[in-house]
Amino acid sequence: MPFELPKLPYAYEALEPVISKKTLEFHHDKHHAAYVNNLNNLVKGTKFENATLETIIKEADGGIFNNGAQVWNHTFYFEQFGKDKYDVLKVSSFSEVVYRDYGSLDILKDKFSTAAKTLFGSGWVWLVEKKDGKLDIIQTSNAGNPLRDGLKPILTCDVWEHAYYIDYQNRRPDYIESFWKIIDWEVIANRY
Amino acid sequence: MSFELPKLKYAYDALEPNIDARTMEIHHTKHHAAYTNNLNNAIKDTDLANKSIEEILKNISKHPVAIRNNGGGFYNHNLFWDIMSPKGGGLPKGDLLDAINRDFGSFEKFKELFNNAAATRFGSGWAWLVKNEGKLFVSSTPNQDNPLMDIAEVKGTPIIGLDVWEHAYYLKYQNRRPEYIDAFWNVIDWDQVTKLFM
Repeated sequence: MPFELPKLPYAYEALEPVISKKTLEFHHDKHHAAYVNNLNNLVKGTKFENATLETIIKEADGGIFNNGAQVWNHTFYFEQFGKDKYDVLKVSSFSEVVYRDYGSLDILKDKFSTAAKTLFGSGWVWLVEKKDGKLDIIQTSNAGNPLRDGLKPILTCDVWEHAYYIDYQNRRPDYIESFWKIIDWEVIANRY
Repeated sequence: MSFELPKLKYAYDALEPNIDARTMEIHHTKHHAAYTNNLNNAIKDTDLANKSIEEILKNISKHPVAIRNNGGGFYNHNLFWDIMSPKGGGLPKGDLLDAINRDFGSFEKFKELFNNAAATRFGSGWAWLVKNEGKLFVSSTPNQDNPLMDIAEVKGTPIIGLDVWEHAYYLKYQNRRPEYIDAFWNVIDWDQVTKLFM
């Protein structure tokens, strides 16, 4: 069965002014769609034709890895945003984990933001859960995905320029600061 | 001594409609300026401070990654601005055309190879026409790496560099990188490329 492009879980204008309608239209309808399309073309007749995206991320290389991981990464990225859920991490078992590993949500945000600002070139920054349950922050370049290294993704920020260039141009730090305003912390807490 | 952001030889809107004025202005005054500034900060008070950019890049594997990224970014953009012109386009001539025909079979074959290198570079990077011991090669590198660096797969002197970071084309072409690559050939300054080749 071919891979499918998931629908955006909200309206294209839902994340304005943090992420514009125009950016989401290109990001979802062109970039994300192209990765799905490329992946379907590349897996034909290979052992990955009926594989899951997770298997592709763990085992594939080259174009199949790049496109497969980008399909997964974008779905994961789009799913974590929500309108009217701005910036609130409710008291939960996950908020206790954040407190345990970082001391406060602000410190976590600060470290994650620094990682996102300093990743050179295209890539992703991740909050991950390690095998021992502890949280960590890592950078991956291009299509990189933490599943490849046995880490469980919890939160991600796309720092490919296409994610923010229409809205912020060279000002990646402004994009990252605004990014926190649209995080649906309920989704994040449920991923842990 | 520190490196300076070069002035462009043409106005920001001179390459319209192939490359728009807003892209040129942000690319030069923000991106290129930041690489220049960061490079100067990275080499300040080190023994690289009096070296040429070519000397620094030649031994890049021995230097911190900030010098690789920003030194590459400084050099690559210098070359990029230098080989474009509002009077560009057309075909190369003379010795350069002969060398292209000799090494790639035809100009069309070369262009196809170069376009493919530029279109398929995944993520951020550059496509190159490289001269090494008189012979020409097409290659691409990730991020701000370039053929002068000792870490490059294809080493030599770059005589064409095409920036395929999304910041080079996103405001005008968004996801359509191939259209940007096609447009680049309308503004390439073959006289300047020939000078670098000779």
